Amino acid sequence: MRSYFRPVDLSEALALLVASPLTVIAGGTDYYPARVGRPIGDDVLDITGLRMLRGIVDEGDHVRVGALTTWTDLIEARLPPWFDGYKLAAREVGGMQIQNAGTLCGNLCNASPAADGTPNLLALDAEVVLSSVDGERRVPVAEFVTGNRRTIRRPDELVTALLIPKPAPDARQGTRSTWLKLGARRYLVISIVMVAAVLEAAPDGTVGRLRVAIGSCSAVARRLFKLERDLIGLPLNDRLAERVTTAHLAPLSPIDDVRGTAAYRRDAALVLVRRALNQLTEDR
Amino acid sequence: MTEAFDIDTSDLPELAFTVNGRLVTLRVPPVRRLSDVLREELGLTGTKVGCNAGDCGACTVRIDGRQICACLTPVGQAAGRAVESVEGLARDNRINRLQAAFHRFGAAQCGICTPGMLMAASDLLAHTSHPDRQQVEDALGGVLCRCTGYRKIVEAVLHTADPELEFLVPETGRAVGAPVAKTDGLAKLTGTERYGADSAPADALWLRAVRSPHGRARFRVGDLEALRRAWPGLAAVLTAAEVPVNGFGIYPDIKDQPALADGIVRYRGEAVLALVGDAETIETLPDDAVPIEWEPLPPIGFDQARAGGAPALHEAVPDNVLVRGRVVKGDVEQAFAGAAATAEIAVETSFVEHAYIEPEAGYARRVGDRIEVVACTQTPYMDRDEIAHVLGIPRDRVRIVPTAVGGGFGGKLDLSLQPLIAVAAWTLNRPVRCIYARPESMASTTKRHPAQIRARAAADAEGRLLGFDFAGDFNTGAYASWGPTVANRVPVHCTGPYHVPQVRALTRALYTNDPPAGAFRGFGVPQAAIAHEALMDDLAARLDIDPLEFRWINALRVGQPTATGQVLQASCGLAACLEALRPRWQTARAAAEAANRAGGIECRGVGVGCMWYGIGNTSLSNPSTMRVGLKPNGRITLYNGAVDIGQGSNTIMVQIAADALGVPMERFDLIMGDTDLTEDAGKTSASRQTFVSGKAAEQAGAALRAELLRRLNAGEDAELVLEQGRVQARDAAGARMLDLAALPVDERGDVLSATGSFDPPTTPLDADGQGVPYASYGFAAQMAEVAVDLELGTVKVLRIVAAHDVGRAINPIQVEGQIHGGVAQGLGLALMEEYVPGRTENLHDYLIPTFGDVPDIECILIEDREPLGPYGAKGIGEPALIPTAPAILNAIHHATGVRITHVPATPDRVLAALQAHGIAR
Repeated sequence: MRSYFRPVDLSEALALLVASPLTVIAGGTDYYPARVGRPIGDDVLDITGLRMLRGIVDEGDHVRVGALTTWTDLIEARLPPWFDGYKLAAREVGGMQIQNAGTLCGNLCNASPAADGTPNLLALDAEVVLSSVDGERRVPVAEFVTGNRRTIRRPDELVTALLIPKPAPDARQGTRSTWLKLGARRYLVISIVMVAAVLEAAPDGTVGRLRVAIGSCSAVARRLFKLERDLIGLPLNDRLAERVTTAHLAPLSPIDDVRGTAAYRRDAALVLVRRALNQLTEDR
Repeated sequence: MTEAFDIDTSDLPELAFTVNGRLVTLRVPPVRRLSDVLREELGLTGTKVGCNAGDCGACTVRIDGRQICACLTPVGQAAGRAVESVEGLARDNRINRLQAAFHRFGAAQCGICTPGMLMAASDLLAHTSHPDRQQVEDALGGVLCRCTGYRKIVEAVLHTADPELEFLVPETGRAVGAPVAKTDGLAKLTGTERYGADSAPADALWLRAVRSPHGRARFRVGDLEALRRAWPGLAAVLTAAEVPVNGFGIYPDIKDQPALADGIVRYRGEAVLALVGDAETIETLPDDAVPIEWEPLPPIGFDQARAGGAPALHEAVPDNVLVRGRVVKGDVEQAFAGAAATAEIAVETSFVEHAYIEPEAGYARRVGDRIEVVACTQTPYMDRDEIAHVLGIPRDRVRIVPTAVGGGFGGKLDLSLQPLIAVAAWTLNRPVRCIYARPESMASTTKRHPAQIRARAAADAEGRLLGFDFAGDFNTGAYASWGPTVANRVPVHCTGPYHVPQVRALTRALYTNDPPAGAFRGFGVPQAAIAHEALMDDLAARLDIDPLEFRWINALRVGQPTATGQVLQASCGLAACLEALRPRWQTARAAAEAANRAGGIECRGVGVGCMWYGIGNTSLSNPSTMRVGLKPNGRITLYNGAVDIGQGSNTIMVQIAADALGVPMERFDLIMGDTDLTEDAGKTSASRQTFVSGKAAEQAGAALRAELLRRLNAGEDAELVLEQGRVQARDAAGARMLDLAALPVDERGDVLSATGSFDPPTTPLDADGQGVPYASYGFAAQMAEVAVDLELGTVKVLRIVAAHDVGRAINPIQVEGQIHGGVAQGLGLALMEEYVPGRTENLHDYLIPTFGDVPDIECILIEDREPLGPYGAKGIGEPALIPTAPAILNAIHHATGVRITHVPATPDRVLAALQAHGIAR
């Protein structure tokens, strides 16, 4: 007998996870595609009854994104410019059907190397809130995803939220973000390469803080820390992009697949990083 | 496949939600896909399933107003919410404005994506009553369409708010040439059309094939008795031994493909066993529970087969060369010796998947000593003969009833599930149904042939072509399928639509351990066109002649001989197509070159591609017969054996027959393609239905008219008026009446009926390929404008202008629809489509164009009448696709100076080519 639980209470959901191994589903947009032409054989915890987990809330020094927040919720939310990149990604996740059902947390938990949201979460320096009957723990996104389809979530844990820190108060005015996706068609496309970047301007018109992350070029999306360090303190102009070199892409380990060659991915990643920086410094 | 569950439903909680405003309560497993519950439990089969993975959007419904994929939604999540499906759009038997706009603007072709499109658009229009084009594309971008090229769908949504949506009702005798809406359009727009998966007897068993995970292997089937004991829901496990005559194939003398593999598999995805039983068993029995012992062998690839010396796939063909094609005219070496300019090219193309949104589906049942197969197909009569062959019974004991077809493009010309369900139903004497899963459909059915082509061409100083030399190898995969058709059609066409005095064209179709390559819109000609159109550009450049003018100089004209020595007598409109493009071409070329002078990362280019295409079979008889009958109630039935696969034959056959008979279209009822009820109108392929079956429909209509006039003693120009129980003829001499009630009815219920037949006149080709392979040819020239990103290698097609000589456009809106869809597929062939066995067996790794990829398409219809065709018409289905990829590739060349010879021109291939030429930034 296969079980299907759809509790309305978080503590009940967490207790169920302790009792037996369950496959957690929310929007279902990754669950069903993995079971095409095959039986649906697992015991399921459907968390869409946990209404309290839906929504985007300002909590002072950070923004909390509940686990049931959909891509459409993100698109429709009024959010400051450092969310612009994440919103751009939201518009490119599948079609609107997927955006209406799929959740931000589900996209992260599915841990695809080509997950559209993950580079943004890295660039936003987000943390993941994992809940269990024993309480909560917070883990940076970079530590949460450990490999292709692998995360550190224990079977008894549920991801209940993402926490996205705000830039320092004096930097908020000058913070911008963007996200660029390269695919071989316009809609419904898995990226060959994508880049997310968040740039906080310093009061003196230079790069205050910068975070750049690349997806689809390694098993897990990667930050380009050396690039970020090298650009800090430089003026916010179109010369910034010229500083990016192939050496900055060292953290990447792209592969050849049906979407593109590894060599192409490196070339394209360099181009996209430069374009992203140009966007962030335009009209400054 | 339906999803069954091993739980007692009485234990299940009751789920309650509304569907189209009606409250439903159900006890079903909450994890079942909503799409499955709508279709199987509630009978709402208007919601289509194309992939079960959220890749195609065909299953789009609205929940609480928002569009979602029903295939990704556990029905448990619908509880307490409002579900809307396509069946809820029409109210009180009246279609809504959106549906009306789809109908008016030709936005539905095969109709399989239409419910998803309508539901996505409904969501948009609910909050944005006057959307712009970008909003429409964003809102509908999650639904794939393989027929329309999307432009008419966008047009329909944009016009939904128009105050007046008028439907054309042509006057008597004016149906031909009128852009009337589809006769079967309303069924497709309201969700009532029945496709392969939409119906089956309630007591039908399910069938699922177990398929080879290996490209080449020997295998042994283990203890099936133990499997049956472990799975009591199994009614049968069919193996090769259970198939009466275990070989099929479209050629009478090449039955090389087994229904079930017999000890050896020759491609990944080949059917090995068929499991037949109840739904739950068939769905849950895992492949690895089936005892098969595999001995994998190294698969033979295309390069190995070409090189020779590889092990033979089939004993009868030791060198793996299925067939050689040959057309030789004059002395090609002499042409090159005396040329002012020569050019040469090597082209490589990939497997291309048809990617119709409807996977193969249907059922079979035994009726006494007859078998009935109800499934989606492009060719009921060939299916009938093939099923008779496989079952070892006479063909009059087989009935094929085609369902509506959710896209074909050549992929539903071969048998797929039909022999399996037929053998199972025949053996078990129970109805048996089957629906292919998307990966199964992609892995097991035919593809476009990958080609390796070398070609060269020569011209004199005035730009006249002197010679053309072509050698092409085609990867025909594991079984013959339509490989001989490709190998024989390509040499005839490979010069392109030009007058070339000296020609040598040699082709081979080679067996490999790849999926069978078969028929796909153009039968190899699209691959060859990439080569000849590159050569035309290169020769023009060498002679400093404008590429379009170079083609105009060489365009085949009436009175000139083709490569096969056939002197064309009429309907030869390429020069007219080029003349129509000329002003647009000159403007666009100049604009692109001006834009590029400013420099920048994006480079613009404009290219042209031409084609010709022989309508119908190559030097083979391909007759069609049509029947029209008159019922006592004064209505006409068109017994139409031509299967409409979305291209519109259900509409144009009525237009033609109506005008030939001299009555309005609305007097007609239609029976399509049932082999017990209709005459043989051949297959829906080779762009032949309008030309061949259309001519038969014209003759049938004319024959019935002649009979009525004779009985009414009326003159030829009399007006016929059909009424309940009688026919009137009115002419200058007055009105005469024929009382239909007084006439005896035949077995069809008709009081009068007449048939018409047409077989286009052709001759066999001799050893040098000389003769008359086709009675008529379509011609076209298309122009593509592109932008190439020099840093990323991405190519954006900005605009297509398509000039097509169609002889006569029986229905201009449908001709445009064919062109749009052909352009979209040509664009896919050029830029993104590459099927890799085992790696792209889904619609997210295998990419077809989406809403945002197909640009504006301007259609220019040239009507150079074909005297043999109905009202001067010839074909358009395949001609629409062929010139597009060459035009795009030539535009890339114009933009960058770099010629892409390996398609698809994916961003990585384009960038690598730009880098190799030092053009990349």
